[in-house]
Amino acid sequence: MYARPGSENLQLDANGRLRHFLTIEGLGRQTLVDILNAAESFAGVSARTVKKVPVLRGKVICNLFFETSTRTRTTFELAAKRLSADVVNFNINTSATSKGETLLDTLRNLEAMHVDMFVVRHADSGAAHFIAQHVSPGVSVVNAGDGRHAHPTQAMLDMFTIRRHKGDFTPLKIAIVGDILHSRVARSQIHALNALGVSELRVIGPRTLIPTAAGTLGVHVFHDLEEGIRGVDVIIMLRLQKERMQGALLPSEHEYFQLWGLTQKRLAAAKPDVIVMHPGPINRGVEMESAVADGPHSVILEQVSYGIAVRMAVMSMCLNVLSPEEQPA
Amino acid sequence: MTETSPFLQHEAILDLIEGMAREIGDELASLGIEQPAMVGIHTGGVWVAQRLHQLLGLADPLGTLDISFYRDDLTRVGMNPEVKPSKIPFDVDGRHIILVDDVLQTGRTVRAALNEIFDWGRPASVTLVALIERDGRELPIEARVVGLRPTLREGEHVILSGPDPLDLQIATSRQRKRG
Repeated sequence: MYARPGSENLQLDANGRLRHFLTIEGLGRQTLVDILNAAESFAGVSARTVKKVPVLRGKVICNLFFETSTRTRTTFELAAKRLSADVVNFNINTSATSKGETLLDTLRNLEAMHVDMFVVRHADSGAAHFIAQHVSPGVSVVNAGDGRHAHPTQAMLDMFTIRRHKGDFTPLKIAIVGDILHSRVARSQIHALNALGVSELRVIGPRTLIPTAAGTLGVHVFHDLEEGIRGVDVIIMLRLQKERMQGALLPSEHEYFQLWGLTQKRLAAAKPDVIVMHPGPINRGVEMESAVADGPHSVILEQVSYGIAVRMAVMSMCLNVLSPEEQPA
Repeated sequence: MTETSPFLQHEAILDLIEGMAREIGDELASLGIEQPAMVGIHTGGVWVAQRLHQLLGLADPLGTLDISFYRDDLTRVGMNPEVKPSKIPFDVDGRHIILVDDVLQTGRTVRAALNEIFDWGRPASVTLVALIERDGRELPIEARVVGLRPTLREGEHVILSGPDPLDLQIATSRQRKRG
């Protein structure tokens, strides 16, 4: 019933401009750079007296969250409001009925309210694609996380953070640490970092949490943390989902920290100017010790504020698409 | 279809800007304004403002505005991803601001710039200066100091390129686009 994740042409209009933002796959380097550049201009808005620009004045944006998330929903809401859009929030519990039908019914009802954009989070991979295929022309869909598939705005705010600190992507060695297998964040990050042409991309984690076909994603796989982060410019820690503990994929939190937890001591293996990132919220003492999370290499709180600028960029680009006869002179 | 022909070259434009600087100095004196701050509108307005800022020896660093987010035709022309961040490196509240644009035509760019300035704070006053002023005003906006007022025919536009050298060209388009 759902669209196959990866049917990415849906995202672009006839001129190759962004219509929906569903996945990093198939967007290409230039679109990603355009998003980062637009985010750079929006970053300044947060520093002003009036933290608002009239870019999406009169537009209605609907946060359609089938999976709870305070932080992501709040930053999307704040981004929409800083663009002067009106925002409605819907938190919908999916577990009850047959999902395909429920989703379409919900969609038709909300469309009747003349919504211009849906920001969708759903526990099923492909849900945002499915919605994008069924919305009326002119309505945009932004994926705020679908199952294990993608979380493209999180990946783009990570790219923005890296660019702010390191400038050029091409010489960088970057390591992603943790549960790669179940992480939609990691999947989107890997696509983005490959498109932006980093020098080397590594994934580090227990064998049970690294996809067997990881090699085909253009990454080097490591199972030893210190070996994996040797000489890297950027370390991206992933959140360990506690529910994975019960599935026998992991020993215990304590043991995980012993083997793959990031400590100040281990951090010495990386480059002296390494930055440490985490999509939040952190499990202190599991993925990393507090000395690292709050230490001089950590850029975790910057990621949160850049998240607003990046989401402003994506929303305004999707909703301001030119039709061919309207190209400026 | 657009054709361009040369209009003014670097040295002549610098002469215009020097004349503007003198005139701005006189205007400020007559208005009793001391220590004004300056803001240029991207892109051409910033090039003119950089030279005026230097000639007037202003204390505060130059502010720059990219008014793309404030355009009234944003929904029709779409957003340019190359929007430059606006930077106003001084407190706008209570300041006398000289706003600099390259070509004043419809007045819509200046309207957008005024809106953005007020989102940074409440200035004491805003004085508009423009390198080129031409006909075609669609809003009640006038410049206090102008470098040159050329007479142009229907469909002709003045375009400034730069920053070094500055160059003014007249472009002739078959149909009138946005101003």
